[in-house]
Amino acid sequence: MDTNKFNYILQQADNCLILGQRLGEWCGHGPILEQDIAMTNISLDLIGQARLFYQYAAELQDEGKTEDDLAYLRDAWDFRNVKLVEQPNGDFAQTIIRQFLYDTFSCYYYEALKESNDERLASIAAKSHKETLYHVKWSGDWVLRLGDGTSESHERAQSALDLLRPYADELVIPSEADQKAAEEGYGPDLGKIAELRSEKLNAVLSESTLNVPESGFTHSGGKDGRHTEHLGYILADLQFLQRAYPGNKW
Amino acid sequence: MKSMSKNWPLWEIFIRSKAGLNHKHVGSLHAADAAMAIQNARDVYTRRNEGVSIWVVESSHITASDPDDSDPLYEPAKDKVYRHPTFYDLPDELKHM
Repeated sequence: MDTNKFNYILQQADNCLILGQRLGEWCGHGPILEQDIAMTNISLDLIGQARLFYQYAAELQDEGKTEDDLAYLRDAWDFRNVKLVEQPNGDFAQTIIRQFLYDTFSCYYYEALKESNDERLASIAAKSHKETLYHVKWSGDWVLRLGDGTSESHERAQSALDLLRPYADELVIPSEADQKAAEEGYGPDLGKIAELRSEKLNAVLSESTLNVPESGFTHSGGKDGRHTEHLGYILADLQFLQRAYPGNKW
Repeated sequence: MKSMSKNWPLWEIFIRSKAGLNHKHVGSLHAADAAMAIQNARDVYTRRNEGVSIWVVESSHITASDPDDSDPLYEPAKDKVYRHPTFYDLPDELKHM
């Protein structure tokens, strides 16, 4: 098995699954019915993307395992998602800022991944890119509304940005898997994505009258399986059924 | 949810299901402005592939006929069958008339 490719695919698969699970927590709790549905729609898009990546990873692994084994039967240290996506929902502003920081990565990432020399990854990227363009429009519009809204919404958006900004760059800092993937041509160069993304981030944030905090410190380690305390709780929820009733189907 | 629903106006949503067909009223939703109404309509009413185009109009801009006026408005048309084009022989080739 190509271990690096396997790990590389898991990074993005796990980003999608964990963020999808987080957004799913809003189901029935959204600030208004229409946004409740918007968040769960995006959640389902992300889980759909995760499935495509897991299916491919399971095939590469070639141990007779399925996408479900990868989602439900790995422990926290085997997950390769960035720490940003496992951060709690907080208030609506915090969820929006987290989503925007992620979407501004994923839309450029998928666009570049469409050029992958691995056809399977290129086709997953093509499908996901369209979905992500909508996600970034949705979260970007909300950043603008909250930031340039009332004094309360501005304050909440600003403190969410202050809180989450240090988690934003892990997405574009290459891990060993990212580096090798770029060298071998099946993964994009994250340096270019970082540039495009920071341009977009700065444009929307300044239009939203939000101050971009000076990024002195960046959390990292998620891509290597070192996570914040939150991931364990997410997995406890997500994996409970398969852990308690192994192999159960419904 | 309550306080926000009170602040946001109601919008009527019209969806065109395919090119060539009319926009049809599908329901209503709350949104702060027209752009958000379009986006909400996309999420609420087109998630099962129902549409290719969305119109939104603030509900307060719609003027409806008064149900109490039903008799004078609609009764008189009922016995005027000759207004329906059913007295012509149409060639079989003409469909959808």
